[in-house]
Amino acid sequence: MRRILSILLENEPGALSRIVGLFSQRAFNIESLCVAATDEPTISRITISTFGDDKVLEQITKQVNKLIDVIRVSDLTDRAHIERELVLVKVLAMNNVTRTEVKRIADIFRGDIIDVGKQIYTVQLTGDGDKIASFIDVLNNETEIIEVVRSGTVGIARGEKALRV
Amino acid sequence: MTTEQYSGAELLIKSLAELDVEYIFGYPGGSVLDIYDAIFRQDAVSHILVRHEQAATHMAEGYTRSSGKCGYVLATSGPGNTNCITGIANAYMDSIPMVVLAGQVAATLIGGDAFQETDIIGCSRPIVKHSFNCRSASELPNVVAKAQYIAESGRPGPVVIELPKDILNPDIKMPFVMNKDVKMRSYNPNIKGHSKQIRKAVEKIVNAKKLVIYTGGGIVLANASEKLTTLVERLNAPCTNTLMGLGGLSGLHDNFIGMLGMHGTAEANKAMAGADIILALGARFDDRVTNKVEKFCPNATIIHVDIDPTSISKTVNAHIPIVGNVDIVIDQLTAQLDEVGHKHNKDDFKEWWNEINVWRNLNSFSYEKHPDKIKPQQVVESIYKHTNGDAYVCSDVGQHQMFAAQYYPFKKPRQWINSGGLGTMGFGLPAAMGAKVAFPDAHVVCVTGDGSIQMNIQELSTCLQYNLPVVVVTLNNRSLGMVRQWQDMIYGGRHSSSYMESLPDFIKLAEAYGHVGMQVNHPDELDGAMKEAFAIKNRLVFMDVLVDETEHVYPMQVRFGAVDDMWLKKGEKV
Repeated sequence: MRRILSILLENEPGALSRIVGLFSQRAFNIESLCVAATDEPTISRITISTFGDDKVLEQITKQVNKLIDVIRVSDLTDRAHIERELVLVKVLAMNNVTRTEVKRIADIFRGDIIDVGKQIYTVQLTGDGDKIASFIDVLNNETEIIEVVRSGTVGIARGEKALRV
Repeated sequence: MTTEQYSGAELLIKSLAELDVEYIFGYPGGSVLDIYDAIFRQDAVSHILVRHEQAATHMAEGYTRSSGKCGYVLATSGPGNTNCITGIANAYMDSIPMVVLAGQVAATLIGGDAFQETDIIGCSRPIVKHSFNCRSASELPNVVAKAQYIAESGRPGPVVIELPKDILNPDIKMPFVMNKDVKMRSYNPNIKGHSKQIRKAVEKIVNAKKLVIYTGGGIVLANASEKLTTLVERLNAPCTNTLMGLGGLSGLHDNFIGMLGMHGTAEANKAMAGADIILALGARFDDRVTNKVEKFCPNATIIHVDIDPTSISKTVNAHIPIVGNVDIVIDQLTAQLDEVGHKHNKDDFKEWWNEINVWRNLNSFSYEKHPDKIKPQQVVESIYKHTNGDAYVCSDVGQHQMFAAQYYPFKKPRQWINSGGLGTMGFGLPAAMGAKVAFPDAHVVCVTGDGSIQMNIQELSTCLQYNLPVVVVTLNNRSLGMVRQWQDMIYGGRHSSSYMESLPDFIKLAEAYGHVGMQVNHPDELDGAMKEAFAIKNRLVFMDVLVDETEHVYPMQVRFGAVDDMWLKKGEKV
């Protein structure tokens, strides 16, 4: 099953490559990976979405925890949490009918058209993976998609639970 | 307050001295010449010049495995560092603390494919416990202190420090500041077992009918041998050691039922298979122990004590996991046994011992002698006899390694030094040299084969330079014995590339390096030659013993079977 791991680690050179290296070395799968510094510049936060049963996930969590640079690891999947991903979709918008349709779809999904060219619209959307997939599906029915770029999932626990040092 | 100023290279060497490092094993080159100059101008830290950097890493391991002190390696950028890779991987697999000081081209050249540049941090990433990109001289002392702390604490392992040439520069001077009291927010290994788990474990142990204590290298690394012995005696439990754990309980102890696993004894593997409770201490259920995991000890409740949480339930599910240092956890278990009022009773496990003694009577390690051919087993027995069982025995990898493990009962931990996890041929001689550096007055034997010894034989030269009179015993069967054995058993006797067609004259070779060479090719000469060899204290003796090349290592687990599915001898199952 799909899992989301949040990792706090030292913002050191090479720290990210240790995480990525560990996944490939131990034959774990990475679906998506997001990383940036937190409010504390010496600490980075990584969100990794991956696949595996409980046994695999236990190994992944332990192996990641074992890396010297890793401060904390938390599995968000089994607790109430929020997931978001950002997608930018560039579509053909040649005529008025298509333009209106793309605008309408963007509105329904609460997306924004953030770039407009002579024949091109670029739409921005945030949401969980399901929403983004169906948005792309719907756009695909109406016009030709030129380019899709997805940021990968970030996640955070709901309520007072927090992953901090 | 000191106002003395040091260059980066001097800071590095001063840091080592500050951490009581006595030896560095290494090889010079362009990017580390400043370090070599700094070594030349001081006396606290000695450098041992090897002939190949791989040997430097194995020497450091031999030094560490015998003495318990952290080993240091120094290599130059590029090929110097890549030559260390095998030794780093070896230390990683066997959890040996080691710090590799890896020279690097100047920071300004990094990434430009400069002469003798390799990304050593990248190359070694999957096989190190941690690594450091050092980018300024001022951080050197603290990086070295951290590196040693990481290498030695928790589950030990190798640490690499990358040292760009420009930070070693003799023209730039700065004061020495080192914080030996290392604290890291991201690294705090848990050493004490969880008290609730300890209670659960003791409840199982006191109610066990068929308890087995199964210990590994963790007992040796944690120096927990004495406490283990007390625990074993208190419970009157049978105890088996892995290949890495030999000596953890004395091989002569009544409760010792031998090594387990692929070439373990019938009594050890049978006891594991029949156990109701297995207390695993610092052992990781390696596939050379478990055989087919699905068939492994189906009726046992497994209590698994390990300092590394990733080792627990990785291959075999642990019913009671305890994360902690075995030395401390044994104390906790003992205290809990006291608390529940457990008393030592010699009759505990009486029926269980009766069962085990039946398996013991199968004499797993019996072999037939031959009037004209030397059996490898009898060579190891002869080494035992002539060293009073007190030698540091370093082995290479292959049949001879198993014969040494089986036929030399190790009385103490750290006496048995071999490459367990990685199985590195070429390990034995440099490891023996490292042990000899640590214990110049002790008997140090390298039990090797005609294949293995040739993988680092150039170190005979280092032995001459530093007067390291180890005794090298080659169980020479003119073939890659273990490969050949598998080809005999599994590949229909097709000896594809397992035959050594052009062996050197080892005696002349040893003599060429200034050592004593001896050849033994008849059983009647064996004892006399051993006596002579071990009487020579001040020179290296290279004994080339021509053994029966058809001999196989037995017992041996049947492939893909349960832990106790074993061949006792050729064509005879247990």
